[in-house]
Amino acid sequence: MNRAVLDVSELPDFAFHHRNIVWWGTMGMIVIEGTMFAMLIVAYLYLKGRSPHWPPGHFPPMLLWGTVNTLILLASTVPNHLTKRAAEHLDLRKVRLWMTIALGFGVAFNIVRIFEFKSLNVWFDENAYGSVVWTLLGFHTAHIITDFVDSCVLLALLFIGPIEESHFVDVAENSMYWYFVVLSWIPIYAVIYIAPRVS
Amino acid sequence: MSRDAGLDRPREVDPASPREPDPRLDPLILERESRLLATTWADPKGFFGWFSHVDHKSIGRRFIATAFVYFTFGGILAAIMRLQLSRPENHIVTADLYNQIFTMHGTTMMFLFAVPVMLALGVYFVPLMIGARAIAFPRLVAFGYWMFLFAGIFLYAFFLLNVGPDNGWFSYPPLAGPEYGAGKRADIWAQLITFTETSGLVVAVALITTVFKLRAPGMALNRIPIFVWAMLVVSFMTVFSMPAVVIASTGLILDRLVGTHFYNYAEGGDSLLFQHMFWFFGHPEVYIIFLPAQGMMSTMLATFSRRPVFGYLAIVLSIVSTAFIGFGVWVHHMFATGLPQLGQSFFTASSIMIVVPTGVQFFCWIATLWTGRLRFPVPMLYALSFFVVFLVGGLTGVMLAAVPLDLQVHDTFFVVAHFHYVLIGGSVFPLLGAIHYWFPKLTGRMLSERIGVAALALFFVGFNLTFFPQHILGLMGMPRRIYTYQPETGWGGLNLLVSIGAGVMTIGLLIYLYNIIVSLRRGAAAADNPWDASTLEWATSSPPPAYNFLPALTVSGRDPLWEHPESQPVVVGLHAEQRDVLVTHVMDAEPDHRKVFPEPSIWPFITAVTVSVMYIATLFTPWGLIWGSIPITIALIGWAWPRGRGKKPSELDADIRAGRVRPLEQVQ
Repeated sequence: MNRAVLDVSELPDFAFHHRNIVWWGTMGMIVIEGTMFAMLIVAYLYLKGRSPHWPPGHFPPMLLWGTVNTLILLASTVPNHLTKRAAEHLDLRKVRLWMTIALGFGVAFNIVRIFEFKSLNVWFDENAYGSVVWTLLGFHTAHIITDFVDSCVLLALLFIGPIEESHFVDVAENSMYWYFVVLSWIPIYAVIYIAPRVS
Repeated sequence: MSRDAGLDRPREVDPASPREPDPRLDPLILERESRLLATTWADPKGFFGWFSHVDHKSIGRRFIATAFVYFTFGGILAAIMRLQLSRPENHIVTADLYNQIFTMHGTTMMFLFAVPVMLALGVYFVPLMIGARAIAFPRLVAFGYWMFLFAGIFLYAFFLLNVGPDNGWFSYPPLAGPEYGAGKRADIWAQLITFTETSGLVVAVALITTVFKLRAPGMALNRIPIFVWAMLVVSFMTVFSMPAVVIASTGLILDRLVGTHFYNYAEGGDSLLFQHMFWFFGHPEVYIIFLPAQGMMSTMLATFSRRPVFGYLAIVLSIVSTAFIGFGVWVHHMFATGLPQLGQSFFTASSIMIVVPTGVQFFCWIATLWTGRLRFPVPMLYALSFFVVFLVGGLTGVMLAAVPLDLQVHDTFFVVAHFHYVLIGGSVFPLLGAIHYWFPKLTGRMLSERIGVAALALFFVGFNLTFFPQHILGLMGMPRRIYTYQPETGWGGLNLLVSIGAGVMTIGLLIYLYNIIVSLRRGAAAADNPWDASTLEWATSSPPPAYNFLPALTVSGRDPLWEHPESQPVVVGLHAEQRDVLVTHVMDAEPDHRKVFPEPSIWPFITAVTVSVMYIATLFTPWGLIWGSIPITIALIGWAWPRGRGKKPSELDADIRAGRVRPLEQVQ
């Protein structure tokens, strides 16, 4: 066969960011779950628009714990960013360090989240307002817990192995997913805590 | 592109430049490589191996076969309904069972057949049509298949226990809510949605990634086969529309199981919210079913007209714009709910507007036929039948977009006739043709033309006999979803005709099935490219080997097999002893890096089992969510845990520091 060839044997074995298909998979998850958040927010605003009083016969959620948690989440982007950068430099020690710190933020966040649920001033089966607020907060919490467990497994792997170079890509994408969890919280915070105060 | 600096990237391919024959293309070397590749890419054998398959062709075949089994179930239910309605005051089934049957029929056809079968064909053919060695995220796709399989088993197991859903395939509250929908039936429907959406979403993400990142070098976005464009677009539609039904059905099941009030008027909820969210998914879903069929039409018409399809760009833009407009027409399903008139006018306008891109495609196809050298094997006959049948469905669609007419015939058989003309005409006709068309690639055998013509003729006649009179019945006032009617209504004669038509249609489908069974055993052996088609799935053997292509291909046009394929460069340098796949850039498909794909694994199956257990457990206690997530977590860890390959962290770190791990281009 006297054919021209395209020799790919010298190409690298892995790549970061959107060049890697793992990025696309993570993005797919983010788009799907982002759309679910958007739908829940739409549901919230739809129900709000139908109700003469909002919240219907309750005090709005207490600002304290939700705001504390927002600050924790925003602060967590620093170790998260450093984890991602260390992963992109294939720096195992720094990845372990910053990922452990980022997980510490996750623990703090989950503990405060319990108080957040308590300060909603409504129970999920009282009325439609309670239902949608609880679902919105619960749905976001499910994401936090999922990413937390996912990070724990990944971190354990990084300590005990076996690992490959591609695990650095996984760490970087895990960090990107955490950004999504943080960024999606901001509109949810606005809906849960601010929307009931500005009607 | 500065990030390419320092890498000896082979980007330009010049087929004209004279070269020494590459030693790696020596027939003996290729022969050895193909044996090695066959071992590397083989799925495991044996009973347990069967649950570990990850080859997109194996998964795709199962997916297609399973969808057709569910299609058969749905068809049997339809036959029972037609028997029941064949004459007035018939009592073959009770009203209660009839409610379950029409709900099961619609749910099956929409969620277990029409959407999955399109995604399934994508799983099988998209990687082949873009010259890829595998589908992206093969284990996730396997997981998607198992969830789909369990979805059907779940639904039919409960149906056989007399707990089949009975509120129609869109299960509106308050009828399906806790006040009126006592028992478990509506819960089964809501949880079936959870099953199928899990499956659909993961497959959609895998398809998007495959199309964007695994194309053969040279297959720029403007050279992708139209069927692949269609699958890409519907995957995006799936990703953006299915979350709406996730939230809708979650709200329903929460209302029913834990006492929330999303759809309860008394406590500030609103059942119309369900309708909005359901149809925000439900109408795009129609296009998720219809656009792949349009892609099949373009594919088959090009092949059998012996010319590239007329107006490639216009067709692709039509597909994309249909997808966008498709998200803005959902309210036309809700004209009878008393929405503000301005809203109704807007949705009338958008519903009429969506006809335009479909019309563009119609005229492109007519131009293709007009200027082509035509052949008329069975797949082409299906494509031509589509024109007639879908045109009728499309025209009644324009009629129904007008609010006054919609209000007049709402919930009558006119609507039933309309959407069967659209869905069967628009999707099932092209689909059955495409199965004929791709059967040689799927199985290595040709379907019989003679039997195929007979099946099509009966199916076509039976279909029109079944559904055309339903327009008239609808205009006469016969509502849908009634289990029987009085003789004085005067609907008996036409209903008998409809039922006879359904019988003829069934015979046609049985002959189609007979053709498949007989041809699987005794059909003529298929050549690599029996139809002399232009797309890459025909560049490999029938059926394709586990590794799809050897040598891997490059392309320089839209119709690679009609454009001197023998002078086109081929890809060398992918390792044969591991699952190497070439990853390319999104826009122009320049080679980027090689990625080692995952080995077969039983964990997707185990994960699907644990997820199914959790889904079913939550129907009976909210604690199912908590306890059920523990086995899922274990299964996912088992899935992700590296086996075989990998080093101790300290060793890897030492390698990196010593520079033995290949230096990477950093992301800017």
